[in-house]
This record gives sequence, C-alpha cells and structure tokens, in this order.
Amino acid sequence: MMPRWILPGVALLLGASVSAHAATIQITMENLVIQPAEASAKVGDTVELINKDVLAHTATARNGDFDVAMPPKKTVTFVLKKAGAVEYYCRFHPNMKAVLNVAQ
Amino acid sequence: MFVRLSAAIAAVSLLGSAAFAQGAKPTDPQIAHIAYTAGVIDINAAKQAKTKASNKEVKAFADDMIRDHEAVNKQALDLVKKLKVTPEDNDTSKTLSKNAADKLAELGKLSGAAYDKAYVANEVAYHKAVNSALETQLIPSASNPELKSLLQTGLKIFQGHQQHAEKVAADLK
Repeated sequence: MMPRWILPGVALLLGASVSAHAATIQITMENLVIQPAEASAKVGDTVELINKDVLAHTATARNGDFDVAMPPKKTVTFVLKKAGAVEYYCRFHPNMKAVLNVAQ
Repeated sequence: MFVRLSAAIAAVSLLGSAAFAQGAKPTDPQIAHIAYTAGVIDINAAKQAKTKASNKEVKAFADDMIRDHEAVNKQALDLVKKLKVTPEDNDTSKTLSKNAADKLAELGKLSGAAYDKAYVANEVAYHKAVNSALETQLIPSASNPELKSLLQTGLKIFQGHQQHAEKVAADLK
C-alpha cells in the first residue's frame, strides 16, 4: 500500500517523463550553409547544432532569444524555452540565415 | 565617385588575375603555397583594418577574416604535413605578395571612412580574384584528392566572404 505522500512524487516523475519525450531537432552548418533553412520545434525540445565546418559559427536569434557559440567540428545542444518564429543567423558569417518555428 | 571606385576595383581585379594568369599548370606543392599565401595576405589586410577601421561592421568583418583564414590555413598546414608535401614558392605567390604589399601601403595612407570603403572594396575584389583562380586554375590543377577537396571547401568559404564583403560595402554607401 502506497502512502499518500508519495503521490506528488509520482506526479513529478510523470511530468519528468513527459519532458523526456521532447524531441531533438538537428540543425547542421556545413560549407557556410544552414540546413534545414526552416525547422519546426516545440518549447522544451532540444536543438542539436552540428558544425561540420573547420570554422567557428554561432546560432544567434535576431530577437535575442538565443546566441549559441558553435566551435569548429563540434556539436552543441540547447533547450528551447520560448515560442515564436525565430530568425537566426551566424554572427561571423551573416549570409548564413535560417528560421526556427517554435510552437508552445 | 562610382566610376572611380569601379575603375579601382577593375584595376585590383586585373592585378589579381595577372598574378594568377601566368605560367603552366601549377604543381600541388605550388598550389599549396599559393593558397596559403592568399590566406596570409587577407589576414594581414584584416590586421591592418583592425587598427585603422572606424566602422563597427568593418571591424567585425576584419575579425571574421582573421578567424576564418587562420582556421583554413591551419587545415592547409596540417594537410601538407600529413601528405609530406613541402609548399613551393613560385611566381604566382611572389606576384600576389608583391601586389598585396603595395595595396597595404596604399591603404595605409587612408583614414576614416575613406579607409573603410577602400579596404572593403579591395576585399570584394580580392576574394573575387582568388575565387576565380581557385575555380578555374587551382582546383582543376590539383592532383591530390585531399588537396582538391580542401580547396573546394576553401572556395565555398571564400565565396561566403565575398558575399559578406559585398554586403558590408553596400551598407557603407
């Protein structure tokens, strides 16, 4: 018989398992091109930024939502916290632009 | 003004293609030397820009050129080491270096907005000349597949630089 006080804990665990099902969105930067040019995700999803170039890049949101450094030949991840259609670019190579549609 | 600027760009491009247009098909050690030299030239121009430029976007562009060309040249050095190729000095490298030294001296006499415009205009012209040389001469002449592939990557990077420089030039107008 489960004591009553455990129930909130179970609820918390369930909550945790829901966010564990959040998706991972892959975005690749290669030869100064961002792929895909437009991606869709949800708040709580993880974005995996894959830099295949020998150059440093950044994923910088025009509205200031995120600014992630991407060292050469490395993969970095971050979690989406805010909804919205976010235009982002590379600060070092401003011709590299893409859009990330983040749903609530 | 527009006519003068176009004439200046045409002159630089001619110098650039003159540097690349001579002699027979370059060998891999010569190609490696030319590609590395071309990178060093742009790094030196950017270093001068860091001390002389006044516009924020121009300064940031110069930082980008140093960061990228150093990264690409490091790849080139790692590759020649791996392939046990010794880069070989040649007439194209010499002409490039000579032209670049003249250009640095010329830009060195300018200041303020005039310097910013001239530096960026030269970056557009220089990347155009290098990209055309990569496309029409260096990449087709390279025989080692890894060298060819690095040059192809370099071309994509430098085409990005050319677009970036064109954007900065347009913003300065």
